[in-house]
Amino acid sequence: MYAQMIKSEATLDDPEKLAAFQARIDAGDKIEPKEWMPEGYRKTLIRQIGQHAHSEIVGQLPEGNWITRAPTLERKAILLAKVQDEAGHGLYLYCAAETLGVTRDEMTEMLLDGRMKYSSIFNYPTLTWADMGAVGWLVDGAAIMNQVPLQRTSFGPYSRAMVRICKEESFHQRQGFDIMMKMCKGTEAQKNMAQDALNRMWFPSLMMFGPSDKDSTHSVQSMSWKIKMNTNDELRQKFVDQTAPQAEYLGLKIPDETLAWNEEKGGYDFAEPDWDEFFEVLQGNGPCNVERIEARQKAWDDGAWVREGLMAHAEKRAALKEAAQ
Amino acid sequence: MSAALFEYLLRLGDNTLVLGHRVSEWCGVAPALEEDIALANTALDFIGQTQMWLAYAAEVEDKGRDADALAFRRDVWDFRSLLLVEQTNGDFGKTLMRQFLFDAFNVLNLTALVGSADVRIAEIAAKSVKEAQYHLERSRETVIALGDGTQESNRRMQKALDVLWPFAGEMFVVDAVDTEMQKAGIGPDLAALRGEWVAIIQPVLTSAMLTLPESDFAHKGGKTGVRHSEHLGHMLATMQFLPRAYPDAQW
Ligand SMILES: [Fe+2]
Ligand SMILES: [Fe+2]
Ligand SMILES: [Fe+2]
Repeated sequence: MYAQMIKSEATLDDPEKLAAFQARIDAGDKIEPKEWMPEGYRKTLIRQIGQHAHSEIVGQLPEGNWITRAPTLERKAILLAKVQDEAGHGLYLYCAAETLGVTRDEMTEMLLDGRMKYSSIFNYPTLTWADMGAVGWLVDGAAIMNQVPLQRTSFGPYSRAMVRICKEESFHQRQGFDIMMKMCKGTEAQKNMAQDALNRMWFPSLMMFGPSDKDSTHSVQSMSWKIKMNTNDELRQKFVDQTAPQAEYLGLKIPDETLAWNEEKGGYDFAEPDWDEFFEVLQGNGPCNVERIEARQKAWDDGAWVREGLMAHAEKRAALKEAAQ
Repeated sequence: MSAALFEYLLRLGDNTLVLGHRVSEWCGVAPALEEDIALANTALDFIGQTQMWLAYAAEVEDKGRDADALAFRRDVWDFRSLLLVEQTNGDFGKTLMRQFLFDAFNVLNLTALVGSADVRIAEIAAKSVKEAQYHLERSRETVIALGDGTQESNRRMQKALDVLWPFAGEMFVVDAVDTEMQKAGIGPDLAALRGEWVAIIQPVLTSAMLTLPESDFAHKGGKTGVRHSEHLGHMLATMQFLPRAYPDAQW
C-alpha cells in the first residue's frame, strides 16, 4: 500500500451536515470536488492521495536504477515503459489531489521538506536485476491488493484514478513475475539472485500495508468515510495467501520459518515484520531515505530554470496574443 | 555489398541505441513530471527502432548474432554511432538541444529512407518516421520556449548550442559506405540533406533568440568507428554489464 499511517483529521463541522454526508457515503454516492465535504475528509484525502502520488514518483528511483543496466533491449523497453507508467500514476494522483485545493508544487515542497511521506518500501535499495522482478511481483502486487478496493472509494477523482492505475499495476505485476520465472529457470547465479531478492524484499513488502491493526488507531474514521476500505491486517493476510503459492511455484523459499498453511483459518500463518525497523524507515532512517530525497531535491532544483523558462515563454506568448487582439 | 549494408544498418541502429540510452538516463529526475514522461517516451521509441535496425543488421551479417548480441556484446570500436548522440546529457537544455539537432536530421534521413530500394529499410523507416516527426515537434517547441524564456534559460540554450555544434557536422559527412548505399538506391545523399537541415533549424534558432556558431568545424570518427568519444565506453560499461558478467544467462 502506498498510503501508510494516514491519520484521519478531526472534523468540526455542523453535525447535521456531517450526518447527511455520511448518509451519502453509506448509500454508495461518489463525492465530487465541488460538493460539500467535511474539512477532516478533505484534509485526510489530501494527505492520503498526496502520499500515494509521492510514492509513485519516488518509486521511479529504485527501478530507474536499473534502466541503464537492463540486460536485453526488450527488458529495457519494458522497464522504461513501467517506470513511465509510474510517473503517469503520479500525475493522475496529483491532479486528483489538486481538485481538493492544493497544488502539485505545494505537495512537492511538502515531500521535500518532510511534511509529507511516501511508502516505506522505496527506501530499500535495488541491488541486482532480480530486484526488478521482485519489485514488480511483490511491490506492485501489494499495491494492487490495496488499490483494487480503493476503486470503490467515496471520492470520485480518487476512485477514477484508481481504476486507470489498477489496470497498469496488474500488468506490472505480471511483468515482474515473468522476470522472476526467467531467473528461476536460469543459471545457478540467476536462481541465487532471485532468492536473494526475495530474502531482502519480503518483509519490507509486508510493511507496505502499515502497522498491525492493534497499533493502527486512525482507521475507524477513514473506513466509515470509505477512504480506507480494508484494515491493514486483512490486506496483509490476503497478500501472503496470494504470494506464498507463487513463491512455491517459482521454487523460491520465503524467508520465514513460521510460514505455514492454517487449515482452520483458511490462510497462512506468518511472521510479522520487524516493526521497529518500519518505524525507523518512516522516521527517515531506512537504507535509502537520504538518497531518495536528495535525488528528488536535485531534480527539483536543477529543473527550476527549465520550469521558469517555460513559464516565461508561455507568458510572453499569451501577452503577444492579447496585444494582437 | 552486404558488408557495406551491415555497416550502414549499424550506423542507423547504433544512433538510436546510444541516444535512446542517453535519454533514458533522465528517467525519474526530469525537471517536471510531463517532461519525465515525454523523455521516457522518446527513449522507448528509440529502443524500439534499435530492435528493428539491429535485428536486420544481424540478419544481413548472417553470423548467428541477434539484435541483443550486437547491442550488448560489441566494444567501443565496433560501434558506429555519431559523436553527437554519445555526448553526455548535461543539463536539460543540452539534452534537448542534442535532441533537436538530431531529430531534424533524423526526420530528413528517415523520410528519404521510406523510398529506399531496400524493402526492409523502407518498412522500418516508414514505422520510425512518424515517431521522429513527433520528436522533432517536441524538441523544436522546447528549444524555442527555453531560448525565448528567461535570460538564464537563453544563456543555457546558447551554451548548449555552442558545445554541441562541432558534433553536428558529422551527420552530413559522406564516406565510401554512404556512397555505395546511395548508388544502390538504398540511402540518400547525406551531403545534400544539409541544406534542408539548415532550413529546419535556422528559423527555430532565430525564434529561440539563439545564434548559430560561425565555425563549421566538425569532429568526425563516430560513425566510422575510427575515434569515438570517451563517453561511449562508460555508457557501454553500464549498459552491457549483465550480459558480460553472466555470459551464459538468458534474461
Ligand atoms: Fe503505480
Ligand atoms: Fe507502483
Ligand atoms: Fe506499478
